Amino acid sequence: MKKHIKTLSSTALQSTLVDGGCGECQTSCQSACKTSCTVGNQACER
Amino acid sequence: MLDKTCVHIYSQGGLHFAVDGNSAAVHVLDELALELVELIQGSAGITTREDLAAFLQGHPRYQEVGSEVLELIDQGLLFSPDLTEVPPRPASVVKALCLNVAHDCNLRCGYCFASTGNFQGERELMPWDVAKAAVDFLLEASGHRRQVEIDFFGGEPLLNWGVVERTVEYAQAQAARRGKTFRFTITTNGLGLTPAIAEYINEHMYNVVLSLDGRKEVNDLMRATPSGRGSVYELVVPKYQRLLEGRGGKSYYVRGTFTAHNLDFADDVAHLADLGFGEISMEPVVTSEDQPWALREEHLPRIYAEYERLAELYLKRRRAGRPFNFFHFNVELLKGPCLYKRLTGCGAGYEYLAVTPTGELYPCHQFVGLKDFLLGDVWRGITNQELPLKFKDAHVLNSPVCKSCWAKYFCSGGCKKSNREYAGDFLGVDEFSCKLAKKRLECSFYIQAHF
Repeated sequence: MKKHIKTLSSTALQSTLVDGGCGECQTSCQSACKTSCTVGNQACER
Repeated sequence: MLDKTCVHIYSQGGLHFAVDGNSAAVHVLDELALELVELIQGSAGITTREDLAAFLQGHPRYQEVGSEVLELIDQGLLFSPDLTEVPPRPASVVKALCLNVAHDCNLRCGYCFASTGNFQGERELMPWDVAKAAVDFLLEASGHRRQVEIDFFGGEPLLNWGVVERTVEYAQAQAARRGKTFRFTITTNGLGLTPAIAEYINEHMYNVVLSLDGRKEVNDLMRATPSGRGSVYELVVPKYQRLLEGRGGKSYYVRGTFTAHNLDFADDVAHLADLGFGEISMEPVVTSEDQPWALREEHLPRIYAEYERLAELYLKRRRAGRPFNFFHFNVELLKGPCLYKRLTGCGAGYEYLAVTPTGELYPCHQFVGLKDFLLGDVWRGITNQELPLKFKDAHVLNSPVCKSCWAKYFCSGGCKKSNREYAGDFLGVDEFSCKLAKKRLECSFYIQAHF
């Protein structure tokens, strides 16, 4: 537990290179916007 | 070397943040941590971990917080290096289609990007044989992919409801034979919603997007019937409320557009929440700059302030036990998409395609009608082999602007159509949209810091 810094995220993104890329997640533009690309809001479905 | 180019430091509502763009890590800093991170960011003498460790030796004031910073550096979560090369990505398959089942609409909304439904072409409906061929194409083109998606779009898809139902039934039957699952979405203006259609949507559609801009006067200013008579707001709100009563917890969004006419759009979001719509999206209008409702650079300070006001409203309602969800404040920090997905972005042009009523394939719904972007058709598939590769290569690591941006792995470079329109190139950026996306990200991190 850090005293001065609280980290909101978990692991470094680069670590997902190991087991990511299954492609089963939703296509981002299908969800609600249709006018802006929103990717960071999606949860990995694996 | 410490990579300082992608670290973004900002403060909001009395909280301080450091976003490490290369690792997509977000940190909340106290005053001392802010001081140190800003010092490292601005110091020409601290360029490596060793420089920092040496600096801390001589500055006892920072030793405790410094050890926390060093730990984050060691974990690759702060001042982290970016990828030196693009990782080899898995082969892409087409996994989603936007089916423009109707190039026609029963509304004449002033800001419509599809020229009030016809996409600068003929007003027409998609015949069944085209929809069927589109399903066959998707099932084939999706290869090994288990989950595939169809979004019924337009124009107004309810104008061609018979084809929508027939497509759903055919697609589900064919998918079952191949061990695949369809996710259907429908985007509607609500005018043609009947109890039977609402029931069908609730049963079969994974997601439904219901268009409504907020307060009655705001909605009806831009969303109008062809005759201009009657209130679209009054016509659709009860229909949406009835549909959602039977939604049973399945996904939906009430989706609005804000323009220069309602820069106080947080009030529209609040209004939608008050109507009982808990899942809300409010998008900046996409239009040419000469329109009176266009959002322009001079509006930015007001829009920024409004997003901050909306973030406070979001928190206030949540604390009061009356929460609503705002699409653009959703950022998944714990179990977000993998790096491959973030390099793919929307997948337009190679994973996600749009189909016109005549069966033409375009990179996405935004490109429909632009003949330079015609990819093929649903019978022959993708015949323009070069274009999908261009789309696939147009990712943030190949964009000189995005590569050094802290937001790159959250927005994935934004909308390619907008980028091309405003910067003349896929690898450029639509700076205005970019600024709004960054502001929304800041607000979403601010919200998450409270939980």
